[in-house]
Amino acid sequence: MEGPAPVTESAVTAPAQAQPLDLLYSETETELRGAVRSVLGDKAAWRDVLARTETAQTYDQALWHALAAEVGVAGLLIPEALGGAGASYREAAVVAEEIGRTVAPVPFLGSSVVATTALMSVGAAALLSELASGTLTAALAVPFAAGPGSRPAPTVRLDAPQAGDGSGSYRLTGTVSGVADALPADVLLVPADGVPYGLYEVRTGDGVVKDAVVSLDQTRQLCDLTLSQVPARQIAADEAAGRAVAAALLAGAGLLASEQLGIAERCLEMTLGYVKERKQFARPVGGFQAIKHRLADLWVLVTQARAAARAAADGMVTRPGAEAELLVALAKAACSDTALKAAQETVQLHGGIGFTWEHPAHLFLKRAKADSIGFGTADAHRASLARLADLPALMP
Amino acid sequence: MEPDGVVPDAASLRAQVATFVAAHDPRAIEPLEFLRARFDAGLAWVHYPAGLGGQSVPRSLQSIVDRAFADAGSPTNHPERNGIGLGMAAPTILAHGTAEQKHRWLRPLWTSEEIWCQLFSEPGAGSDLAGLATRAVRDGDMWTVNGQKVWTSSAHMARRALLVARTNPAAPKHEGLTYFALDMAQPGVEVRPLRQITGDAEFNEVFLTDAKIPDADRIGDVGQGWTVSMATLMNERVSIGGGALPREGGMIASAARTWRQHPELRTPGLHDRLLRLWADSEVARLAGTRLRQQLAAGVPGPEGSAAKLVFARLNQEISEFEVELAGADGLRYDDWTMHRPSGADFFGRNPVFRLLRAKGNSIEGGTSEILRNVIAERVLGLPKEARVDTGPWKDLPR
Repeated sequence: MEGPAPVTESAVTAPAQAQPLDLLYSETETELRGAVRSVLGDKAAWRDVLARTETAQTYDQALWHALAAEVGVAGLLIPEALGGAGASYREAAVVAEEIGRTVAPVPFLGSSVVATTALMSVGAAALLSELASGTLTAALAVPFAAGPGSRPAPTVRLDAPQAGDGSGSYRLTGTVSGVADALPADVLLVPADGVPYGLYEVRTGDGVVKDAVVSLDQTRQLCDLTLSQVPARQIAADEAAGRAVAAALLAGAGLLASEQLGIAERCLEMTLGYVKERKQFARPVGGFQAIKHRLADLWVLVTQARAAARAAADGMVTRPGAEAELLVALAKAACSDTALKAAQETVQLHGGIGFTWEHPAHLFLKRAKADSIGFGTADAHRASLARLADLPALMP
Repeated sequence: MEPDGVVPDAASLRAQVATFVAAHDPRAIEPLEFLRARFDAGLAWVHYPAGLGGQSVPRSLQSIVDRAFADAGSPTNHPERNGIGLGMAAPTILAHGTAEQKHRWLRPLWTSEEIWCQLFSEPGAGSDLAGLATRAVRDGDMWTVNGQKVWTSSAHMARRALLVARTNPAAPKHEGLTYFALDMAQPGVEVRPLRQITGDAEFNEVFLTDAKIPDADRIGDVGQGWTVSMATLMNERVSIGGGALPREGGMIASAARTWRQHPELRTPGLHDRLLRLWADSEVARLAGTRLRQQLAAGVPGPEGSAAKLVFARLNQEISEFEVELAGADGLRYDDWTMHRPSGADFFGRNPVFRLLRAKGNSIEGGTSEILRNVIAERVLGLPKEARVDTGPWKDLPR
């Protein structure tokens, strides 16, 4: 298996495409799915997930430890030499699907995909070793809504060093709002303006203020970060830092598409189960053609989304550069719309029970809606096709 | 990435083609003779069994053989002229025909010496195909057929037809059907053009008046016509929705080209529609690729029905978009006179033609509504419609 592709290195070169995209699931991937599903089945039942959304600790540290330590998902993308599994985005996508199926509150996407991709892009071996073991989690300090095409303007700036600061140490001041998976993170990777623009490592014990956001999706609770002259260590500068952020956002969008696929599949299954059982007018409501056709249409959307999500996962490995960007844009657009549609249909086709707090439908609706904004909306991703597929807007 | 086993077999097939072409100079031999010899060498459709034009290797290798023959300047069997023969009749014969029928029919079918058509739908039996009324009555070794069929592509060129007819009116409708191959070159078969909304007559009506079929041309057992028909129709849906295209192939091609060539036609609303249609087309193409990969890996899924639904929707939306994009030119057609095309061309002629022709895509080969029923009941396991048509066929209201 290959490691994550160096997404940033060949953005201008045409990809070699001797091998067709592999859109199926390998045996290894299916085995990994089974292991992840087993842990989530034991430890992420929807009632527990729902209950946790109303506690102070919305991220499930015990569940994350089980996934990270028992299955090794924390270091999935990290090379074996650094203590990871040396797997690729293809395998990570399967983990993301399973997390989507359970809306499990763990920082896999933020730490093991997005932050890990940024660190691999700059070759930060020491931090990667710590992440691989699962003892440490990291988050890239950018708004969850930032998409790969929209290099977010840094809202944090570099301060002058203070007396007593060692050489090579920096201080950062600023705010970043609506960051995903930063609440449980021990390390923040902060893009900051200054001379030079750079990507900085900040330990969250060193005075970073995290204000938990009352989030649409409390299974991935966001937080606002405030940094006031917080000590930081530079891990990349200038273009290398920009490339690391771009690679991380692309990976985030690409893998979020697989999470959305998992949401859509679970919603369809849950709804099918319900309409076969639920009887009105002395027959299962799933026998009414109005409902059958809606579910058939949803199943069609899921078949399309699955192909798109697999193409993005494989494309990020085998076609780094513009082709990977295009496949990610397609997948994020298709899977955003499909997961949201699936969750909407789940609420509607469950009738009254689907509108209650004591049913999991709303967990999926909220996750699906938040995910449809995370790492770029469907509309933003389609808009990027204007460039990627040469379909320019209006007059040139 | 995993090797898929294609590479070693591909080399040996290329070598076979090279050997064959060395022995059969495509520039010196009559095309038909060349094609027959290619069939006999097992290089026609390589996934078919030995002796029937193939050598039982994965279907994915076919493109390698076709490319090698094309590179050698070989004559083609004109598959576009015999879409129903190659796409539907051949797999049906392979699955349900006798050994004698396979040997008699498959070679002239593959070489396109014999064009095939499909006599299924009737004026009174569209979505409800199993309710069809064309009667076949047996007398010894000969069947006599009377009835009317409709929506028959290629009937005016076809030598043979796949025919499903009622052989037992007293049985429930699905159980009283039998499947035949009909020789179209006989006095009891009358073909009339059926003109459609494009102005063309791509299809026909076929009137059967005491048409004759030897019992040796029956495919499957008497009363098994429905089972055999289903095999044919599944192949039809795969062939309508599942063709391999390059990126930006199919209906989106001309829309994207017009967009690039005519900046003066662009508006923000049309731009958004184009991006959506382009994205949906590419995702549908990837889903088709995935379906073929599943088939090649021996795990066929039910996604073929999805492909056909998506194909119909996209063709209609893209062609509507394209005519609107054309603006004033979208008011012009090329020709309303009745052409008799030799095959279905969904993407040809001009935008207005494409818009009109695409309206058939959600009707032919199973309406989109019937496909949703099929998906709901057979894929998703939802309860079937309550049936009122379960008694003997002859007693059903019509």
